[in-house]
Amino acid sequence: MSAAPATPPATAACAARSHLVEVCQHLRDDEALRFEFCSGVSGVHYPNETDRELHAVYHLLSITHNRRIRLEVSVPDSDPHIPSVVSVYPANDWHERETWDFFGIIFDGHPALTRIQMPDDWPGHPQRKDYPLGGIDVEYKGAVIPPPDTRRSYN
Amino acid sequence: MSQSQSTQSDPYATTRDTTEGKVFTVTGQDWDAVVAGLGDEPEERIVVNMGPQHPSTHGVLRLILEIEGETVTEARCGIGYLHTGIEKNMEFRSWVQGVTFCTRMDYLSPFYNEAAYCLAVERLLGIEDQIPEKANVMRVLLMELNRISSHLVAIATGGMEIGALTVMTIGFREREMTLDLFELITGLRMNHAFIRPGGVSQDLPPGALDKIREYITWMNKHLPEYAELCNANPIFKSRLQNVGYLDLAGCMALGISGPPLRATGYAMDLRKTQPYCGYETYDFDVPTWDTSDSYGRFRVRLEEMHESLRIVEQCTDRLAKMEGEPVMVADKKIGWPSQLAVGSDGMGNSLDHIKHIMGESMEALIHHFKLVTEGFRVPAGQAYVALESPRGELGCHLVSDGGTKPYRAHFRDPSFANLQAMPIMCEGAQVADVIVAVASLDPVMGGVDR
Repeated sequence: MSAAPATPPATAACAARSHLVEVCQHLRDDEALRFEFCSGVSGVHYPNETDRELHAVYHLLSITHNRRIRLEVSVPDSDPHIPSVVSVYPANDWHERETWDFFGIIFDGHPALTRIQMPDDWPGHPQRKDYPLGGIDVEYKGAVIPPPDTRRSYN
Repeated sequence: MSQSQSTQSDPYATTRDTTEGKVFTVTGQDWDAVVAGLGDEPEERIVVNMGPQHPSTHGVLRLILEIEGETVTEARCGIGYLHTGIEKNMEFRSWVQGVTFCTRMDYLSPFYNEAAYCLAVERLLGIEDQIPEKANVMRVLLMELNRISSHLVAIATGGMEIGALTVMTIGFREREMTLDLFELITGLRMNHAFIRPGGVSQDLPPGALDKIREYITWMNKHLPEYAELCNANPIFKSRLQNVGYLDLAGCMALGISGPPLRATGYAMDLRKTQPYCGYETYDFDVPTWDTSDSYGRFRVRLEEMHESLRIVEQCTDRLAKMEGEPVMVADKKIGWPSQLAVGSDGMGNSLDHIKHIMGESMEALIHHFKLVTEGFRVPAGQAYVALESPRGELGCHLVSDGGTKPYRAHFRDPSFANLQAMPIMCEGAQVADVIVAVASLDPVMGGVDR
């Protein structure tokens, strides 16, 4: 799948990780942009996209101009570092922790990048595609229903 | 602690020594034992672990408070105790089944979870303008009823935590009336899975509009009671005023939305600024307050219930003129094939539909089977849809790879974002104010942890 097909009415943009903080600062402070409100970051894992397996998607809202923008940064799985934007958007503190927890993206410069939903000693990053869903067979009235990830799939 | 002391005290309230210092388990009414235990080696810095099983932390929220006397010097949240992997699970179910999962996130506002998800699916499908008018009105009706029931819980539990028990009992009384309506319309009091991609799952049952009108009359009579009990109540005001202060700059920086933002005097409401489901056609106001404190948030919620009731009234009038209109998108490739009804056996069935697919049309049977077991496909792409839930901006980020299941579903839950403001609201205040400040954010842990 190609990166970030724009779905109206939101605007989408991609940024290189080296410029992310600068881009965010500009998006927030420029008179014509004024994206004051950061609705967080969510990770997406594309194991088939070589050297850009991990994507971080930022959702920004400009209350001044009543616009939304989606900012996407992709990094290779072998070097999952993205600079933290907490200095620009303190709102992203917990969202970046969550994305680290679930996808293993390391946000450099985050004040305390620790797991937030999973226990501190949890192995792995559960929402990556290579992490199994888990589950056990369920027996009901003699019939056995397998866990959802091992059922017949139509995709 | 010596043997003689521990036999006298509560067996659940024990003491143990760790490398970090002495650890006490406090279960209530045993503060004396703690003070006595500290006697020989007075420790100035006490870290109190409040929750995750504390009755005043709105579910399994853990607060870590560093206190000096009664003053909180540092406060942090520990979350994740209710993480159920809903987002991951949704990747393994069809687009329609996803509704059944996301409705369970923020269990006090299930319709908002469903609506945010369905609006995102509809945006990916490109059918946003094909949703039948009646389905949109029913969505608005249910969402606004849900706003009332959610705010009632916020006010009721918030009142209970500071000892205002009457506010709790009458709050839950009115909430029951709202949940009765949900049960009548959707069949369930919570976890409805009623709003579906393409519309809603069922038409209104017979007599529903009369019940809603009765409810509106009841609420118009009883909602003012909350104002009479609380608004000018000196104890209530002294507990809430100037507690949990967070101004507009703080809200913007921390991504706080909903009543805490509107209590700073800023009328930010996505229903007005970025309307969805036809909100631009309803007549309502966005209440604000200008004190930026817990009392202001309480007043904003109180006013919002009146505004929601106004919207519910307008929905009822519109629905009265829409009898028999469709509630699901006309596209047979997306809409659920049958309209279920409760049969004489108490099970959901559609006899006409069964007759049609089993006795009349092989193609209809194949179509039914494909749509129900495999589900529809959604074009590849991403969408982020946000709506105004009782707690603020509820966003749904969906990624599709063109298949019959979401490639990735993520929810930006307002409880999660708003809870980040807990430390700034509580540090420097008294321990008792922490309860009020957290209650004024109204976090629902099902939404925070997902």
